[in-house]
Amino acid sequence: MRQRLVLGMTFASVLVLSAIAYAANQQALEDRVRDIASDLRCVVCQNLSVADSPSDLAKEMRNRVREMVEQGKSREEIQAYFVSRYGEFVLLSPPKRGFNLLVWGLPFVAILVGGGAVFLIVRRWSAARPGEQARVDPAYAERVRRELQDRTP
Amino acid sequence: MKRILIPLAAVPILLLLAYGFWTDPRAIPSPLVQKPAPEFRLTSIEAGAPFALADLKGKGIILNFWASWCYPACYEEAPLLEASWQKYKDRGVQILGIVIQDNEANAKEFMQRFNFSFPNALDPGSKVSIDYGVYGVPETFFIDTQGRIVYKHVGALTPALIDQQVQTILKGS
Repeated sequence: MRQRLVLGMTFASVLVLSAIAYAANQQALEDRVRDIASDLRCVVCQNLSVADSPSDLAKEMRNRVREMVEQGKSREEIQAYFVSRYGEFVLLSPPKRGFNLLVWGLPFVAILVGGGAVFLIVRRWSAARPGEQARVDPAYAERVRRELQDRTP
Repeated sequence: MKRILIPLAAVPILLLLAYGFWTDPRAIPSPLVQKPAPEFRLTSIEAGAPFALADLKGKGIILNFWASWCYPACYEEAPLLEASWQKYKDRGVQILGIVIQDNEANAKEFMQRFNFSFPNALDPGSKVSIDYGVYGVPETFFIDTQGRIVYKHVGALTPALIDQQVQTILKGS
C-alpha cells in the first residue's frame, strides 16, 4: 500500500515538474522569437516590427521565425534568410557598413561640428570683452577727463 | 574665405538630401531577381492536383500572387492573366496563381468570375509568399526556363509588360 503511494507521488511530481519545465521552455522560446522578430520590419506596416504588428503577414513571419528557432537556427541565420527574401529593408536597423555608415555616423559628426562651432563662437565673445576699454578714442577720453575735472569745484 | 566656407559646408548635406528625394522609397529591389526561384509544393484549388515548381522544368513561368480582397489592382489584371494564358499556353509558358491570405470560397468565386483556366493554389501559413518576399498583392515573378527569377513586378500587369517579359523568359530555351 505504502509502496503504491510513494510510486504515485513520485509519478505525480515528475508530471508536475515536467509540466513546469515545458512551460518554462515554451516561455524561453517565445522570448527568443519575440527578440528576433522585434528586429525585423513588418513589410506591410509603417515602422512596426514583426513582433509588434497585428497584421496577418507579420503573424506568419513570426511563425516562420519560431519554426527556424525550433530547428536550432541562429539569430544571424534567421536574419540572413529574411534579407535573402526581402532585402536589407527588412532589418529595422541597417547593417553598419557601406553607404549605411552615413546613417550611423552623421549624427555624431553633426554633434562634433556643431559643438566645435559653439565652442569657437563663445570663445570669441568672451575674448572680445577685455579689449573693449582700449578701443575708446584717446581724444574723447581726454575730453571726458577734462570736463569732469572742470565740474569738480 | 569665411563667406564661401559656410555655404560650401551645406553642399554635401544638400547632395545627400537630393539623393534621398530622388530615390523612390517604394522601389525596393527584390534580392531574388537573377536567383533560382524558391521551390514550393501546394495543391491546386480546382483540380486538387499537386502544384509544384519542380514539375515545370523547362517552361517559362509567370507566377502571380493575388487575392480576392485585392481591389482594384487584382481585378484589373485578372482578365489580362487569363488572356495571356490563352495566348502563351501552347508556347511553353505556364501561368500559376498563388492566393494570399484568402479562403477557398472567395478564391473560387474570383476564379469563376474571370474564367481562370490556369492552376491556382492557396498558400497556407503564407509560407510561399514569405519565401518569395512578397509584400502585397498583386506581385508577379517571371521565371525563365532554367528556373531563375528574371523579373519581379509589383502592381497590376500590362499587356506590353507581359509580352516583353515572356520574350525574356523563353530566350534561354
